[in-house]
Amino acid sequence: MRVKGETLDPMARDTTTKYGFYGYLASTYRTSSGWRFLPFLVAGLVLIPIGTVISSFFAPAGDIWQHLVETTLAGLLINTFWLVLGVASGTALLGVSLAWFTAVCEFPGRKFFSWALLLPLAIPAYVTAFVALGLFDYIGPVQTALRTWLGPDLAWFPNVRSRMGVIIVMILAFYPYVYLLTRNAFLTQGKRSLEAAQSLGFNRTQGFFKLALPMARPWIVGGVMLALMETLADFGTVSVFNYDTFTTAIYKAWFGMFSLTAASQLASLLIVIVFVMMVVEQQFRARMRYAENRQSARVDRIPLAGWRAWLLAGFASGTLFFAFLLPVAQLGIWAASVFTRDFDQRYLEFLWHSLLLSALAALLTCSVALLVAYAARRYPDRATHTAIRIATLGYALPGAVLAVGIFIPVAWLDNWLSSIALQLFNMETGLLIQGTLFTMLIAYMTRFLAVSHSPIDSAMQRITGSIDEAAMGLGLNGWTMLRRVHLPILKGGIFTAATLVFVDVMKEMPITLMTRPFGWDTLAVRIFEMTSEGAWDQAALPAVALVLAGLFPIILFVRQTEK
Amino acid sequence: MSRSCFNRYLTAMLCCLTVFGTSLSHAEQVVVYSARIEQLIKPMFDAFTKETGIGVKFVTDKEGPLLARLKAEGKNTPADMLITVDAGNLWEAAREGLLKPIESKTLEANIPAYLRDPQNQWFGLSVRARTIIYNTQKVKPADLSTYEALADPKWKGRLCLRTSKKVYNQSLVAMMIAELGEEKTEQIVKGWVANLATDPLSDETKAMEFVAAGKCDITIANTYYYGRLMAKNPTLPLAIFWPNQAGSGVHVNISGGGVTHYAHNVPGAIKLLEFLSSEKAQNLFADVNMEYPANPKVKIDPAVAAWGSFKQNPINVTKAGELQAEAVKLMDRAGYR
Repeated sequence: MRVKGETLDPMARDTTTKYGFYGYLASTYRTSSGWRFLPFLVAGLVLIPIGTVISSFFAPAGDIWQHLVETTLAGLLINTFWLVLGVASGTALLGVSLAWFTAVCEFPGRKFFSWALLLPLAIPAYVTAFVALGLFDYIGPVQTALRTWLGPDLAWFPNVRSRMGVIIVMILAFYPYVYLLTRNAFLTQGKRSLEAAQSLGFNRTQGFFKLALPMARPWIVGGVMLALMETLADFGTVSVFNYDTFTTAIYKAWFGMFSLTAASQLASLLIVIVFVMMVVEQQFRARMRYAENRQSARVDRIPLAGWRAWLLAGFASGTLFFAFLLPVAQLGIWAASVFTRDFDQRYLEFLWHSLLLSALAALLTCSVALLVAYAARRYPDRATHTAIRIATLGYALPGAVLAVGIFIPVAWLDNWLSSIALQLFNMETGLLIQGTLFTMLIAYMTRFLAVSHSPIDSAMQRITGSIDEAAMGLGLNGWTMLRRVHLPILKGGIFTAATLVFVDVMKEMPITLMTRPFGWDTLAVRIFEMTSEGAWDQAALPAVALVLAGLFPIILFVRQTEK
Repeated sequence: MSRSCFNRYLTAMLCCLTVFGTSLSHAEQVVVYSARIEQLIKPMFDAFTKETGIGVKFVTDKEGPLLARLKAEGKNTPADMLITVDAGNLWEAAREGLLKPIESKTLEANIPAYLRDPQNQWFGLSVRARTIIYNTQKVKPADLSTYEALADPKWKGRLCLRTSKKVYNQSLVAMMIAELGEEKTEQIVKGWVANLATDPLSDETKAMEFVAAGKCDITIANTYYYGRLMAKNPTLPLAIFWPNQAGSGVHVNISGGGVTHYAHNVPGAIKLLEFLSSEKAQNLFADVNMEYPANPKVKIDPAVAAWGSFKQNPINVTKAGELQAEAVKLMDRAGYR
């Protein structure tokens, strides 16, 4: 993959006039300016499904909009607003504080918590939701036990099936996004920013708020944005709570009122909202520049002692307990009760499919994210940034809507190919692209590009321009620069991205269901089948397997980064 | 990352991106898109293959995506048959032109007219009865009568319901609209909502557990959920009441199937449907999930028969589809979440 002739030839830019358009293309390839087009290419690919969804806007949807406005819309919007606000502030608070403490302080169990706090990533949010309700709702063991001890009146017990309940479950499920991204930042610059703060005469608290926190902003915002997009797209968790959001309305229009058109129109609105959020965030970010601060060989942590240390340990174990141990324990109990009846060698097949798909998708998605981020670094103009925003929108769409958006153009292409084959060769080809792993992987990429782009891009921002200049001075350019200069510095970001995508793909349902080839059932498909008939105890078996499989990449990640 | 490592990585990526072709098999087979989950269809497919030598290839998903898929694939669809777990989606598939009317004396003989499409585009294969479940310690069966009567203020704070987003409730309300008209039905649904002891629940097993635990006294559920729950925990103080026996009968829905409009193997798909409606398969199809057979000549599973016999509402299940969107809107207006 080496590109020959990578020189800083000043004449290269003039080839347009000399050799015409194709000459220009050839020369841009030689000088690696092909990077210029890459983000647009990827954005174009992602725009196909999103455009398919948005194109519904020009189709009639009957009186469904009027009905929504007259009945449930106001309530849905209020519900969605509070959910978004709650999850954003909650994941930021929990994620950032845990990241700070494990990166900068020393307290009992810090080493263990620093990786264990990532584990909740492996549990799908709807599973956490179901377990939380199973344990704490009226019929759960907690309230039942309390009723036997304290009498039948438990009016003081908070209603778990409430707005607060959904928010808490989502915070517990999504905080690792913020934690993972922010910790990376604190590890590399936290301690130094504190030292700098001290030299400016600030104390630790001031140093945290005035220096460390603002410096970690792109990572925090990146993590919170992921949590938010996940929240907006979520259908499983809110369904378990029967909490009506914009997304439940999308599904109701589709499944209940048989109007995929109305559902797509609602979903388009969601895309617009997320896009505006991204643009606003970008505007703020554009005013700042983040310089590199490489990780020193050894970080000296602030030793804490006494009650502070134990308080921290308690905080970390509490989070870990509710976000991971409790759900896994409950799943384990359910799974054990059906194990002998349900377990067979097919589970090996499900596991293999899950692992393979996740690994391939992580590989593809992270590669694309890396190339796109690098391209944006070389051409940091507004158009490129917009293209990248568009390319990462797939994450905010409800999964099933995106799945249809992907499926329709693929089927169209397939039908077109098949009609061509019939005309030219008089050959019945059937569907060629649909139902292949290739389609599936592209679909995963359109969904999860945001997840891989966020950590890689934040890491890329940390590489100063002076490094690029120095590299160029040594005659490195294009691929060579990416490979020899940037990749080693980006390692942490890439591993973070790969871990996130791997685990997310493993949990993903709608795209897997709709695009999988015949017989390609995965653990997530198995969970879908069990839960769709309300058999949650049976769903626990594949869910436990999924959590265990999700631990692989997390452990791998920890081994790579926590040396 | 060293250079050679990077190159290997790129090569691996490219290899993985090459298209994995689907395997081509020459033996006769029927391809099924199914919203009924694998556990509840595979035993019948295996029996079919054993008897006829025709293979069955299937993929499961929710109804919405399956219909979208059939529509997008058009005449090149690999699917010969569609199976759903409710009548509404079969009606919608037929309306979208995704199914094909078929002629089969066997199916017409096996499946009663009210459980199939008047144009024979789809056929019910099992019956899902939606009934009233009550707490035996707190409710006397004599106090119960109809679905409509659950709107009576005497049940205030005593009713638990599953969410209106579930298709079974949408079908039930659609059928009520068909029988009672929209205005009357809306009053009844408003009455239900006013009687709720707690917000609507996400699934009906939960709703029954709430009834058993005493949070409320009655709920509406499909019988097989009751069967499953009682099999796991036989001591729960729950029982079935068959409503509307003096009137039109218990609301029933179907799990059923039809041949797709662009099926490649129409004879094979019809053969499969006929097989599924036959006595042999009907017991498998219904019993595996404690449902009722659609074929009235077939004997009901003894465990299910023990719940008592009842009069089914003979109104054609097509109505569930026709009026489903209306029902959803009505429940929105009534504040039934």
